[in-house]
Amino acid sequence: MSKVEQGLKYTQSDEWIRVEGSVGVIGLTDYAQEALNDIVYVELPDVGATFAKGESFGSVESVKAASDMHMPVSGTVTEINEALQDAPETVNSDPYGAGWFIKIAISNPTELNDLLDADAYEKYCAERE
Amino acid sequence: MKLEPLIYEISVPGRCGVRLPEVDVPTTDLPQDLLRAELDLPEVSEMDVIRHYVRLSHLNYGVDKGFYPLGSCTMKYNPKVNEDAARLPGFAGLHPRLGIDETQGALMLMYYLQTWLAEISGMKGVSLQPAAGAQGEFSGILMIRKYHLDRGDGKRTRILVPNSAHGTNPATTSMAGLEVVELPSDENGDVDLAALRAACDDTVAGMMITVPSTLGLFERHMLEVIEAVHGCGGLMYMDGANMNAMMGVLKPGEIGFDVMHYNLHKTFSTPHGGGGPGSGPVACNEKLLPFLPGPIVAEIEPGDDEQPPLYGWHMPEKSIGRVKAFHGNFGMLVRAYTYIRENGGPGLRDVSYYAVLNANYVLALLRDTYHVPYDRFCGHEFVMEGRWKDAPGIHALDISKRLMDYGYHPPTNYFPLIVPEALMIEPTETESKETLDAFAETLKTIAREAHENPELLHEAPHITPVGRVDEVLAAKQLVLCCVPIPDWAEQPPTLSTQSA
Repeated sequence: MSKVEQGLKYTQSDEWIRVEGSVGVIGLTDYAQEALNDIVYVELPDVGATFAKGESFGSVESVKAASDMHMPVSGTVTEINEALQDAPETVNSDPYGAGWFIKIAISNPTELNDLLDADAYEKYCAERE
Repeated sequence: MKLEPLIYEISVPGRCGVRLPEVDVPTTDLPQDLLRAELDLPEVSEMDVIRHYVRLSHLNYGVDKGFYPLGSCTMKYNPKVNEDAARLPGFAGLHPRLGIDETQGALMLMYYLQTWLAEISGMKGVSLQPAAGAQGEFSGILMIRKYHLDRGDGKRTRILVPNSAHGTNPATTSMAGLEVVELPSDENGDVDLAALRAACDDTVAGMMITVPSTLGLFERHMLEVIEAVHGCGGLMYMDGANMNAMMGVLKPGEIGFDVMHYNLHKTFSTPHGGGGPGSGPVACNEKLLPFLPGPIVAEIEPGDDEQPPLYGWHMPEKSIGRVKAFHGNFGMLVRAYTYIRENGGPGLRDVSYYAVLNANYVLALLRDTYHVPYDRFCGHEFVMEGRWKDAPGIHALDISKRLMDYGYHPPTNYFPLIVPEALMIEPTETESKETLDAFAETLKTIAREAHENPELLHEAPHITPVGRVDEVLAAKQLVLCCVPIPDWAEQPPTLSTQSA
């Protein structure tokens, strides 16, 4: 059974966001990394790029498939996890920690209300099992 | 482990396969700048070469060796009469720069093939140039783009693509400089009509839809889908890679599709092992005729009772241009022509009938053992899940690898993405009931093994020349070389050193 971390917000496309003040840290959920299997490549945006909620900001490629990563909320990229370029498998081993993708300056905090909380996301994952 | 050395590794200095006779004509010196002091070619005898390649061929698996139910790829048996036709000296020996006077036979063959492909699709015109399905798609989407620009409508930049489409569809859209809008499927695997209608506006250039979809299902709202897209001014593109399900039954042009491509290497039995060459003709209706890639073959002088028509080249007036050197993969066109001639109209319809019957037969044998998420009458293929709640740790990949131990090529796995642990099975019309029965029985055996002896699957394949490969390493380590090249650590290879 995959892990869902309390305190984070989730999307139906399996991204998570951890809100730290006006900054959001975004990554891929444990459920998604498990479904994708061994991740071999992560494509990240440039720092300074701005994306709307739902827009694709990068992609993740595994031995099974390539998938887009979508913005949980609108924002501007302030930092990217460079370490993933050389060690994309970190997303498999530590999806909620060292396997984060980008940090953003959240431009519209009210959009956070549309996201799933941990319990709702856990239920959503169970439905798909 | 070394299954077979490289031909360079069996090279022995001075060994020679051919002894040339003494020169009995005057020789001419080549220009100095064209000469090389060393030529790195293997030195081997004829027998060395024959044994090397025969041994390699024994390591390979092809449709001439066994059942190959690779979904989406239509790995039907390729009749050998196609090969006879393609090797006729009048075709095989043609130089592509010959004029129309010397190539009337080849042009006539291409003209007939264009005409038949137009008839099978219910379309008005065909270009045989695209070298494969993805290039056919690319041509079709460029035609749609140019159609809108030609009307002075520059704001149509979006292409709708259902999530059950071939992966090449979104790729094509991006390559054509347009934006992909992914449409969800409903719970039956059909296009979500509400989502489609919400996405239809005056920025939509068109929609790409794979028919039957990658779930092997025929879209049940097809007419509503076409109406919605046409209603907002968009055009309909049909990915015809799965045409094997529909020949002689449904003509896409007659239900409103504007443009589509064929895969001759799937539907019309031209070989596509080893990656090609393929052939992806694009067919379109009246509206898009002026935009076809060209030149295409046309009758430039009509025939009469005595004389056949004169065939030549015609460049459609607003053509997107040439997409392939010369005239497409001509050898494939000869094979497809032969296949159509051999079958005739009723025969092609039977091809599709039996392709669909075979897929539904295998589905019926397996649906109680494997979960089929969108379970209804399928087209030429179906998708089932390679997982069970009571067999934890078993994945579609394990089932595929285990099938190899039983002498089958695995089905397509992990596609389409909307089915978890997908196994996509396309038996094709050329397989017998005995083969299908044995294959289904094997999959049931593997299901039992998955529950009783999962290690057997995890360690599979056991009997193939190469066992389980490291897929992560294969995806990450892109530099392949038989001997280490230490220099590369300090000086990465450039394009010129790689090709040298």
